[in-house]
Amino acid sequence: MALTTANTPSVHASQATGASAKRRRPRRGQQREGLAGYIFLSPWLIGLMGITAIPMLLSLYLSFTNYDVLSPLGEAEWVGLANYKRMFTSDPSYWRSVTVTVSFALIAVPLKLAAALGVALLLNKAWRGVGLFRGLFYLPSLIGGSVALAIVWVNMFNREGAFNGFLAIFGIEGKPWVNDPSWALETLMVLAIWQFGAPMVIFLAGLKQVPTELYEAASVDGAGRFRQFLSVTLPMLSPVIFFNLVLETINGFQGFTAAFVLSDGTGGPVDSTLMYTLNLYLKGWREYEMGYASAMAWVFLLAIGIITAVFFSTGRFWVHYSDGDDR
Amino acid sequence: MVASTPAVSRRRSGLGRGVVRTAILLLILAVVLYPLIWMVGTSFKGQTEIVSNTGVLPGDFTPGNYTDGWNHFDVSFSRFFLNSAMVALLTVIGNAISCLVAAYAFARLRFPLRGFWFAVMIGTLLLPQHVLTIPQYILFKQFGWVGGEWPYLPLLVPQFLATEAFFVFLMVQFMRGIPRELDEAAKIDGASPFGIFRYVMLPLSRPALVTTAIFSFIWTWNEFFRQLVYLSDLSDYTIPVAMTLFIDSTGQSAIGPMFAMSVLSLLPVFLFFVAFQRLLVEGINTSGLKG
Repeated sequence: MALTTANTPSVHASQATGASAKRRRPRRGQQREGLAGYIFLSPWLIGLMGITAIPMLLSLYLSFTNYDVLSPLGEAEWVGLANYKRMFTSDPSYWRSVTVTVSFALIAVPLKLAAALGVALLLNKAWRGVGLFRGLFYLPSLIGGSVALAIVWVNMFNREGAFNGFLAIFGIEGKPWVNDPSWALETLMVLAIWQFGAPMVIFLAGLKQVPTELYEAASVDGAGRFRQFLSVTLPMLSPVIFFNLVLETINGFQGFTAAFVLSDGTGGPVDSTLMYTLNLYLKGWREYEMGYASAMAWVFLLAIGIITAVFFSTGRFWVHYSDGDDR
Repeated sequence: MVASTPAVSRRRSGLGRGVVRTAILLLILAVVLYPLIWMVGTSFKGQTEIVSNTGVLPGDFTPGNYTDGWNHFDVSFSRFFLNSAMVALLTVIGNAISCLVAAYAFARLRFPLRGFWFAVMIGTLLLPQHVLTIPQYILFKQFGWVGGEWPYLPLLVPQFLATEAFFVFLMVQFMRGIPRELDEAAKIDGASPFGIFRYVMLPLSRPALVTTAIFSFIWTWNEFFRQLVYLSDLSDYTIPVAMTLFIDSTGQSAIGPMFAMSVLSLLPVFLFFVAFQRLLVEGINTSGLKG
């Protein structure tokens, strides 16, 4: 690039103006490349506009209306902030779904990450069969989100399920956990934790990046294994922990399939599994209140944006990026 | 002699630790795999046994659950499997082509606003799927695509427009690792950006294309929310939507057949896992994403 600049006749003239020296007139090759760039980008751009941006703006508009999906868009009736007001002040099911979702994420995400990190630490030092273990632990992450697995899971925690069979070994009499409002959501948390393999794989990759010299130095300084974990592993791993935490929290908020299967699409028993997304589905597609559902979707989007922002702004206090690291 | 004793004992305790570690890992593995083994066992249990036998092994081996389940509804599972396979394969094709093309632009071509569009693309990674489905549904409804002549249109059109930003990102990352000298050499030989794409990037991107294909197949095979929302006729149902009929209608009466169909519906994903295990694990490693 520097060479081509030197070859252009205008180089002396533009040197005089200093700042504009970099703004060479686009030459034909560059124009052609720019055109090619937009040609290659066009499917994505059409998708961005048509499938993402314009529909999003449309739903923002509809969130200020009453709209039943079935009638033409023109019949959407403007109601101002009524949908938002109803959501925050007069819809108990809304707050119920917020509580369910937040408690799900608050409990399931840390436990899932703890399981992922624990198993990753065990696997990191294992010398044989690591690949096989890693793969088998990862398997639940591939199938755990499916309807079929959710069906199996619900039956496993039902009266005649494997879990009660396990309790029976210890002489404990179980119950149909999935029908009990105080336990149904917990069975879904266990399902989420069961899928610890995906963050585990990411932790394993992170652990490989920790330089062994650090452990040697720590051990020379007399640090025991636990101290090494606290002073070397955790800080060196903090970017990966941060990454997994953000990702899993966002995913955790979006749990839909298992809650749908457990409750046959109602959020029951007694709204105990009414995840936010399930509530969204019920409002939009069972009660045909698409205006209200649009408002719920926008609040959800804002909430996720805020949570992500909070993560990133607090991250600098505990996420350690070592100098010269390639991340 | 005296000097070597600590070394020997240290090695022995290292070995002991290794055995303990392996034992713990095996125990965890047993807990993790038990639900799957129990699923397969239960899919062979007879109807009376399901309420009495919580263990893995069926006492009364009932392979008939599989045929019962297959024909349990007015439309057979052959149809649901075909529907699911079609949606998954077309999604794979759509994602592979459209994401590769977009990724090439981001990774290699210089054009105005490239940085801006790239940031927008990364931003769309964070958009929750359910939030997007509402406006898309409304729009597709206006187009007459929902419940239209070919009800899969709303499921598939977005896949041909590179809306799965994850795959675009994965491919951009991959292409950045391809040596630039190769494009420069092609450029000197007079290749246009299209020629470079066709003869340099396309063949060299095969690993990223394979990863994309596998992940998009598995995710689409398991995907539920959008298929639930867009498919309304029984004969158009994909497997996940059809599986929910078991919960709706039967209660306790068809658990064996329901488990049999669960096993069959997970089988393709399982086969993919066996065949591409390394690739799948490395796929989330290099790009670090959801499971």
